[in-house]
Amino acid sequence: MSNLITIFISLAIINNFIVARFLGLCPFFGVSKRLRDAISMGAAVTFVMLIASVATWVITHYILIPLDVLYMRIVVYILVIATLVQIVELTIKRTNLTLYNAFGIYLPLITTNCAILGITLINFREGYSFIESVVAALGGGFGFAFILTVMSGIREKLELADCPKVMKGLPVAIFVAMLLGLTFFGFGGIV
Amino acid sequence: MRRFWKELLKGFVVTNPLFILVLGLCPALAVSTSVDNALGMTGGVIFVLLGSNIIISAIRKIVPNMVRIPIFIVIISTFVTVVTLVFQAYVPALYAALGIYLPLITVNCIILGRAEAFASKNTILNSIGDAIGMALGFGSALIIISLFREILGTGSISIFGTHLFTLPVLGEHPLAMLALPPGAFLVIGLLLALFRRLGVVRSE
Repeated sequence: MSNLITIFISLAIINNFIVARFLGLCPFFGVSKRLRDAISMGAAVTFVMLIASVATWVITHYILIPLDVLYMRIVVYILVIATLVQIVELTIKRTNLTLYNAFGIYLPLITTNCAILGITLINFREGYSFIESVVAALGGGFGFAFILTVMSGIREKLELADCPKVMKGLPVAIFVAMLLGLTFFGFGGIV
Repeated sequence: MRRFWKELLKGFVVTNPLFILVLGLCPALAVSTSVDNALGMTGGVIFVLLGSNIIISAIRKIVPNMVRIPIFIVIISTFVTVVTLVFQAYVPALYAALGIYLPLITVNCIILGRAEAFASKNTILNSIGDAIGMALGFGSALIIISLFREILGTGSISIFGTHLFTLPVLGEHPLAMLALPPGAFLVIGLLLALFRRLGVVRSE
């Protein structure tokens, strides 16, 4: 149990996907301009991370390892992720239109989000068990959504800030990310 | 042939993938801690982009439009697998240092972006020029960032085990923050602002 808590905290805070591992920076800078969008995107990424981790764990342990074709894992993982995202998008569109409007439009974008392929590769590299993979995905997704939400709150205020012309837009957003990264670096010693 | 050189050169300055288009930020920030890693990553990206651009350009007339993206992804991830296995076998230290960022070349926006925007519409020769130009443009940007981070962050610089020089004061008291993850954001933020100041990139 303590092992699971360690994994969760490690992926959510210490090795945060955005500020420490630099995974999923495109949606981080692209969708963090409004709080509502950021929350939807965070939820979508967490959900896809979770199903991708479960699916790739099952495929790795019941197909790739028995057949001894582990070297094919990058090709298999990216295909599984692309297919899953497509299936989830269609399912949500047919069954729950409110949910689709909330985060369905972000789903196609995250097929090529490095955070998703990243979590599956991390699960494999660390040799996590099934439960550990699920916890790792939840931790990673939570950390991603948390930083995205914090960032969008700051950026809504940043629009009005008086900063040098050359810094407006992306550079100043990158500096905010740096400060967030420094803050999170302070959590380094807790596990 | 003139077109080939034009496609090759544009990746450096006019459409530098990292500084101008701001594509592929994730690997650029993650592996720019040392010049060695940046060079290794550049090598990987050159191979994958060259391979995928050639193949995609060669089959561009027989790929059905509806399923082109999955086909591109399979081709790209195959080349990434090759790179991963080669690095693991011949440069294990670099393989360990690059970690998950080597397989993550698969989802680097630059690769799929060039496949979709260029290789699927142009001849093989021009696609080769485009691939080399874009990969070197990305690589040179990566190396610039890593030079700042390694020299200022550790106070000295060494390339593939050969020690080049140590700075007088920084050698003893390096700006360690630059070698840490937040330092990557600082360096790229300042560089982007600098390029805007110099007028290379249009401000918003």
